[in-house]
Amino acid sequence: MAVKTYQAGVKEYRETYWNPNYTPSNTDILACFKITPQAGVPREEAAAAVAAESSTGTWTTVWTDLLTNLDYYKGRAYRIEDVPGDDTCFYAYIAYPIDLFEEGSVVNVFTSLVGNVFGFKAIRALRLEDVHFPLAYVMTCGGPPHGIQVERDKMNKYGRGLLGCTIKPKLGLSAKNYGRAVYECLRGGLDFTKDDENVNSQPFMRWRQRFEFVVEATRKAERETGERKGHYLNVTAPTPEQMYERAEFAKELGAPIIMHDYLTGGFCANTGLANWCRNNGMLLHIHRAMHAVIDRNPHHGIHFRVLTKALRLSGGDHLHSGTVVGKLEGDRHATLGWIDLMRSKFIKEDRSRGIMFDQDWGAMPGVFPVASGGIHVWHMPALVSIFGDDAVFQFGGGTLGHPWGNAAGAAANRVALEACVEARNQGAELEKQGKEILTNAAKHSPELKVAMETWKEIKFEFDTVDKLDVSHK
Amino acid sequence: MSEMQDYQSSLSDSSSRKFETFSYLPEMNKDNIVKQVKYIVSKGWNPAIEHTEPEHAFDHYWYMWKLPMFGETDVDKILSEADACHKAHPRNHVRLIGYDNYQQSQGASMVVYRGPMK
Repeated sequence: MAVKTYQAGVKEYRETYWNPNYTPSNTDILACFKITPQAGVPREEAAAAVAAESSTGTWTTVWTDLLTNLDYYKGRAYRIEDVPGDDTCFYAYIAYPIDLFEEGSVVNVFTSLVGNVFGFKAIRALRLEDVHFPLAYVMTCGGPPHGIQVERDKMNKYGRGLLGCTIKPKLGLSAKNYGRAVYECLRGGLDFTKDDENVNSQPFMRWRQRFEFVVEATRKAERETGERKGHYLNVTAPTPEQMYERAEFAKELGAPIIMHDYLTGGFCANTGLANWCRNNGMLLHIHRAMHAVIDRNPHHGIHFRVLTKALRLSGGDHLHSGTVVGKLEGDRHATLGWIDLMRSKFIKEDRSRGIMFDQDWGAMPGVFPVASGGIHVWHMPALVSIFGDDAVFQFGGGTLGHPWGNAAGAAANRVALEACVEARNQGAELEKQGKEILTNAAKHSPELKVAMETWKEIKFEFDTVDKLDVSHK
Repeated sequence: MSEMQDYQSSLSDSSSRKFETFSYLPEMNKDNIVKQVKYIVSKGWNPAIEHTEPEHAFDHYWYMWKLPMFGETDVDKILSEADACHKAHPRNHVRLIGYDNYQQSQGASMVVYRGPMK
């Protein structure tokens, strides 16, 4: 064995961290970065620098390097690829040995992978496009508290997507008036209503009063309709202690589901809350406020498919996915890719959907994708066709904006959903025959007829900013 | 735009009680039920029949009619079991289930005979 000697000074990263002959082990965590280097920095050097800075390296050699087996612990850049249609950047693949990361810690993985390296001067911009989590690591994480099948059983919802609605206005309602809006939606036929993400515990409506009124509304709607209902009580709070206090109260009241914002609340709080939910039989809805800050720029940040994987590991039973058809950003193929990552057991590498690695989730339960934002009854055929049954469709304005009120708006959505599912089961092509299906259903539902008249002209046809790399140019 | 209508639903009116998928649509006729049975068969799901008194429809567990028809793909046989259950319990809701044993869930669940609401 060659003896290493200590030589102070700065070495080029590629001498240590560029390793094109390396074959990743099946327990390595793999990352695909899109690197935009500074002018004059060779690709191999930039890739090696990213590998170093996201694992063991620092800018200069230190004597304590020689006290460990750095060759084992280092991250290694093992492959470089062109980005289709974009010469300013390239993909770098980096493998990290599994022992670099604490078991079951999404916090620790991301502190390494997207830590200091993102501010590194030798690169102009950096984006984490995808991460492969080996099954050995997946199995150390708790994952969704219940998953899709258990939620269906608990809520008694089969053979169709679930329907929800975010209560509006986002801010300013008193707790009692807020509960009224919830009750009207649920008695009209929705399965769930939802706190808006910025509803926490403001002076105009403290959390305790909101929880009490909302649970009363939910109970009454259940007795009236004979169906199981829930409202996502947002327990996102300034501190973990307050978050758990709110979660405990929701449980005491008998609520079936609570919600959390996993990015603003943080992975540490989210993982803890997911464990609490698993231990207390509480479903967990996850909102993604702040995601677009992180994932929208095609050259810098973290792709949403990676944030999706982070949530499935950290834990949540629902996660907002975008709608493809509504008011918010979301390329169709890329969205289909991260929907699969939420709910399938095994997802194959598929460049046409931006998926760079196979991902095996083993026994980890799946997450319901939540399609929410600017959707209404006319979108229903496309939503059922794109998402299938394992999804939650959330119509905010598309329920509350009905001219006859929330209950009528809810009934319109429910009729539209059931009509689309019935037609799909009969073999209809929903995206072609949608208008006919809805028009027929509206013959028996004045609520749906009026909803169709109200929203007929609304379309959202802006171009997507973050396109898949294959569609650039 | 049509005149505003009141949404008719109350605790005292038992016809407000729903029973999940397809209960917001008009009752299906025989032809349309056949199409849903064909869908369950085409998915490879195992058909099953359950029934309950309408006032107990909220419960998770309804009465099982015999056993699930594992591997049954004959649409007429499946329908005749639903009919037999309805004839034996004419005042009950009768629901058709498609058990998806791979997902360990129900791929389909729908009431095909609606019991009279008291």
